[in-house]
Amino acid sequence: MSTNASVGKNAIEVHGLTKRYKNLAALSEANFSVPTGTICGFVGPNGAGKTTTIRMLLGLITPTEGSAHVLGFPVSEPEKYLSQVGAMIEGPAFYPALTGIENLRVLATMGNIAQERVAELIDLVGLQGRGGDKYKTYSLGMKQRLGIAAALLPNPQLLILDEPTNGLDPEGIQEVRDLIKKLAGEGKTIFVSSHLLSELEIISQYIVMLRKGEVVFSGPIEELLFAQKPTIIVKTEVLSDLEKIVAIAEAAGHPAVIRHGEAHIEGPHEWAATLNRTAFEAGIVLSQLNPTMPNLEETFFEMTGAR
Amino acid sequence: MFKVFQAEWRKLRRPVLVLGSLASSLFFTVLVTVFMFKNIDNPQGNADRGASIGRPILESASGSITAVSQVGLFLGITALCIFAAQSAQEYTYGTLRNLLVRQPARLKLLAGKFAAMKSFALLIAVVNISVSIAIAFTLSDGAKVSTAMWFTNEGLAAIARSSLNIFISIVYFGVLGITLGLIFRSPISSISIGVIWSLILEGLLFFVNENIPKWTPVSQFNTIAAGGSADISYTHALTLGTSYVFLGTIISAILFAKRDVAN
Repeated sequence: MSTNASVGKNAIEVHGLTKRYKNLAALSEANFSVPTGTICGFVGPNGAGKTTTIRMLLGLITPTEGSAHVLGFPVSEPEKYLSQVGAMIEGPAFYPALTGIENLRVLATMGNIAQERVAELIDLVGLQGRGGDKYKTYSLGMKQRLGIAAALLPNPQLLILDEPTNGLDPEGIQEVRDLIKKLAGEGKTIFVSSHLLSELEIISQYIVMLRKGEVVFSGPIEELLFAQKPTIIVKTEVLSDLEKIVAIAEAAGHPAVIRHGEAHIEGPHEWAATLNRTAFEAGIVLSQLNPTMPNLEETFFEMTGAR
Repeated sequence: MFKVFQAEWRKLRRPVLVLGSLASSLFFTVLVTVFMFKNIDNPQGNADRGASIGRPILESASGSITAVSQVGLFLGITALCIFAAQSAQEYTYGTLRNLLVRQPARLKLLAGKFAAMKSFALLIAVVNISVSIAIAFTLSDGAKVSTAMWFTNEGLAAIARSSLNIFISIVYFGVLGITLGLIFRSPISSISIGVIWSLILEGLLFFVNENIPKWTPVSQFNTIAAGGSADISYTHALTLGTSYVFLGTIISAILFAKRDVAN
C-alpha cells in the first residue's frame, strides 16, 4: 500500500461530516480529529450517531456532506487505507455454520493476510480449544473475542472498535483493556466506542463525545474533565436533611441537586469545611462529605443530558 | 478477485451445503431419468406434462443427455436458491461489513463471489449430467434403447453442447437468485419469491395468455437447458434470457456498489 505524507499527525480527521436519512440527521457537521498513536474514546447516548460515523469512516455508507480522512486518505477511497485498518462494528458478525477459525480464514483470504495469523489471534483473544467449534455454539463473550480477533487480522495501524467489551465478564473486560493498552503501546491508534465510561476514562487519552448527531466535545480527556466544576458530594444521617443542605449551599451561591440519596453541590473543595461547620451548627449530622472532580460518566451525563 | 473467489469457496465447500445441493438436484435428475426409461412404453407418457419421448429420440446421438436436459428447471431452481441465499445472508448475518472492510472494492467483491458461485453451479451441472448419463446407460438395455450413437463423435459433441446449455441455464437462474438476494437482502424472501415465480406464477401466466411464456425469464432459462422447445426456439431463448441476465447483472452491480451498508 502507498503511504500518505499527512498520516503522521492525525489518524482520523473529520470536517463537517454529515449523514442525513431523508429529514433525519444521523450526524450533523461533525468536526474532530484523532491523533496518531492515541487511544480515543468515542462516547454518546444510543442514537447519537456513533455507529453512523464509524460506518462512514470505513466506507460502508456515504456521507451526505463534509469530508473525512483516515490514515491520510479520503473515506471516498477506502481501498487505499482499509488494508491498515481493523474494525469491529456494532458487535461481531460471522457465519454461524463455520467454525471460529474458518470465519477468520475467510476474512484472511479476502484481505490477502497470511493464514498463520489466524492461529496467533485465536490464542491472543483466549479462544484456544474453541476455535474449531462452530460460531453458532459460542457465547456472547466468545463471539466478542472472535470479533476482536477479526479486527486484528491485518495487524492494523488503526483499530476501530464499537462496544468491544459488550457481553464480556469482568475478567474479559480487563483483558480487552490490557490488550488495547498493549496495542496502543505498539504505536497503533485505537478509536473505541463503549458505554463503559469508567473503562474509557482509564485507557483513553482523547475523547470524542456526541449528542443527537453533534460533536459536543473532542480533545484530550484531561481538558474535558478539568473544565468541569468541582463538586462536593454530601450524605446526611437523616435523609430529609439533604434538602436543608441544598438550601444552605444555594444560600451561599453554590448550585446543588439531590441525586441518588446524595446532595451534589457545585463549589470549590475548600468550601467543604464551611459547609461541615454550618451543617453542624444547624444540627445536621453528615455521614459523608466528599470533595470530588466529576468523572467521565458524570461529565457525560452533564454534557449529553442522557440521565 | 481471485482472493474473493477463494474466500467464497471456504464457505461454499461446507459438506452440508455441497451434499445438500447435490442431493436436492440429484433427486430430480435421478427421478426424471429413471421415469423416462422405465415408462418408455407407457401410453400416458414418460416426460413433462404427459409428453412421450420415444426410442428414436433416446437412441439418437443426444439420447444420453435427453433426460437431464428435461430437469433444467429443477437444477436451475436449486442454483437460484443457493445463489440467493449466499448473497442475501451477507446482509442478514451482518457479515457484508466485515467483507467490505477487508475488500472495499465492491464490484471486485461481487465479481469474485459470482465467479465462485458459478464454479459451484458447474460442479452441480457436471455431477447431475454424469449421474444421469450413467443411469440412462444402465437402464438402456431394459428399455431396449440402443446406445450405439451415444458415444460416437456426434454423441460426445451432443453431450458437450447439452452440458453447456445446462450450465448456461443454471448460471442464468443463479443470476436471478443473486439479483433477488441483493434486492430483498433476506434469504427467505428472495428464495420464496424466486421459487413461487418460477414454479407457479409463470405457469399461471400461460393460462392467461399462452404467448406470455415466450417472453418470461424462467421459460427462457428452461428452454436453454433443453436446447430449445416446440414453442420457443433456442436462439430466441438464449437472446432473451441473456438480456434478462444482463439486466439482472446491471441491477445487482448498481445495488451492491452504491447502496449504504447500514445493517
